[in-house]
Amino acid sequence: MNIPNDLLYTRDHEWLRVSGGEGSMGITDYAQGELGDIVFLDLPDVGTKVSQGKSFGSIEAVKAAADLNAPVSGEILAVNPALEHAPETINQSPYGDGWIVKIKLSTPADTANLLDPRSYAAWVEQSHGESH
Amino acid sequence: MNFTSHSDADRKQMLDAIGVGSLDELISKVIPDKFRMKGALDVPLGLREFDLTKDFKATAAMNLPAAEVISFLGGGVYDHYIPAAISHIIGRSEFYTAYTPYQAEVAQGTLQTIYEFQTMVCRLTGMDASNASHYDGATALAEGALMAVRKSGRKAVVIPVGLNPAYRQVLETYCTPTNVEVRVLKGKDGRIDLEELKKLVDGAAAVIIQHPNFFGLLEPMAEVAKIAHDAGALVVSSTYPTSLALLTPPGEWGADIATAEGQPLGVPMSFGGPYVGLFAVKKDLVRIMPGRVVARAKDKNDKDGFVLTLQTREQHIRREKATSNICTNQALIALCALTYLSLVGPDGLKRAATNSYRGAHYLAGKLTGVKGVKRLHGGEFFNEFAVELPISGLEAQKRLLEKGIFAGPTLGSWFPEHPNALLLAVTEKRQKADLDALVEGIKKVVG
Repeated sequence: MNIPNDLLYTRDHEWLRVSGGEGSMGITDYAQGELGDIVFLDLPDVGTKVSQGKSFGSIEAVKAAADLNAPVSGEILAVNPALEHAPETINQSPYGDGWIVKIKLSTPADTANLLDPRSYAAWVEQSHGESH
Repeated sequence: MNFTSHSDADRKQMLDAIGVGSLDELISKVIPDKFRMKGALDVPLGLREFDLTKDFKATAAMNLPAAEVISFLGGGVYDHYIPAAISHIIGRSEFYTAYTPYQAEVAQGTLQTIYEFQTMVCRLTGMDASNASHYDGATALAEGALMAVRKSGRKAVVIPVGLNPAYRQVLETYCTPTNVEVRVLKGKDGRIDLEELKKLVDGAAAVIIQHPNFFGLLEPMAEVAKIAHDAGALVVSSTYPTSLALLTPPGEWGADIATAEGQPLGVPMSFGGPYVGLFAVKKDLVRIMPGRVVARAKDKNDKDGFVLTLQTREQHIRREKATSNICTNQALIALCALTYLSLVGPDGLKRAATNSYRGAHYLAGKLTGVKGVKRLHGGEFFNEFAVELPISGLEAQKRLLEKGIFAGPTLGSWFPEHPNALLLAVTEKRQKADLDALVEGIKKVVG
């Protein structure tokens, strides 16, 4: 399972890459594998305010759907335009071309609530064990 | 499949396994004595089958079916011609007993009928996508309003004075617990007043429009749609499907969500149901549309087949976050509507609509010639209109029934400001002699 070392993670299996007050986010390799073939994303408009841990959109696979929760509070700066016509990009490249939105952080301290790669790996191990 | 209930041997085996001697002993061990009912249930003894049949027949005979009188009943439910083949086709056991076709490989026939139903709903309404149906026209409209609330995040809807009052009650039932405000337009002469709409539309998720409206009148739908859209509200329409053979369909005048009561399409009036709700949307709203949707697909051998699609919106997958958890489709009654439309075809539907329109306009012309009788509203109508009498509507209705005529619902029970008004609907089944009988009847009643 791919858990890059330079990202922060949520318990809901989103990742965040912070750089200069902005963060790009997506879902983890584990999450895309559990969901299966992703077919649609319901995403907010640029400018929408989001709150840490709250749902701001949803992601649909062929036989499941899940909420997208904001890893940090802030404002949507960009939505990945490639996903509208090629949502499967998330399956192919969850940490790269499959990024979902960019968020301008309103409360940089929010990142303290996120998991580092090692803690996330342990969390996945634990939730994976529970669901199987 | 054999469906024999437990035998004494089965019961003994189960009791032995848990170590109790009898069912009574088991119950006395688990239910405290003070909670147990003593003696027999206070219900009448069973009846012999032929006594029961007699009893039911006597109760049924208290009803007066529309077919035994001359009926001008309308107000959302209409006495259109129903081809005899419909009951034969929908009575086939493959259709009559089938339930939700989750397992596509064993439900191709049911799925195909739903797909064809959706296709016909789209063609009738001029919309892009239809779902597999709702309970009835009222619940379809209320789901449309909730869908607009979901889409916009706004917590108010605007409804016209000419919305069927029963639909309004259902809508309020759906909106009240979710804190969605229902703003009611007073209107002018039974129709939407555009100036009033402009004042109330601000911040609304949807403007609801019934066309033709409850009073039978044609609304200024294109103007209403423009005002709604300019204010960022969706337009949710409720229409009379038969009228769509003559009138511009909602998809062409700007409705975003089109709903209808499907009863006029071959479904018996049956004392209020079961009916079927039609529900169709513009393409960009498909993913937030409630209810199930059937699609045509290809199997691995490139053969056409039918499947449930976009199921991730639905209750069995999205659970509490589904687009709606208070709906299902009405497959059998939808099949009724599909069969009706297939049998009468576009020309038949147009003839039914045209003859209904002509009959109603002939009747309106004759009635307004009767001294003391006038139309309650001015302007264009389809096959239904309200008349104001010099006597109470209830009294007129009662006296006309003595002459074998159902003279429409009275308006007074819903609109106390119109105690003397009757709402009269005419379908293609009413002959000239029927219409003349009502005119003569009303002459006598008011004379």
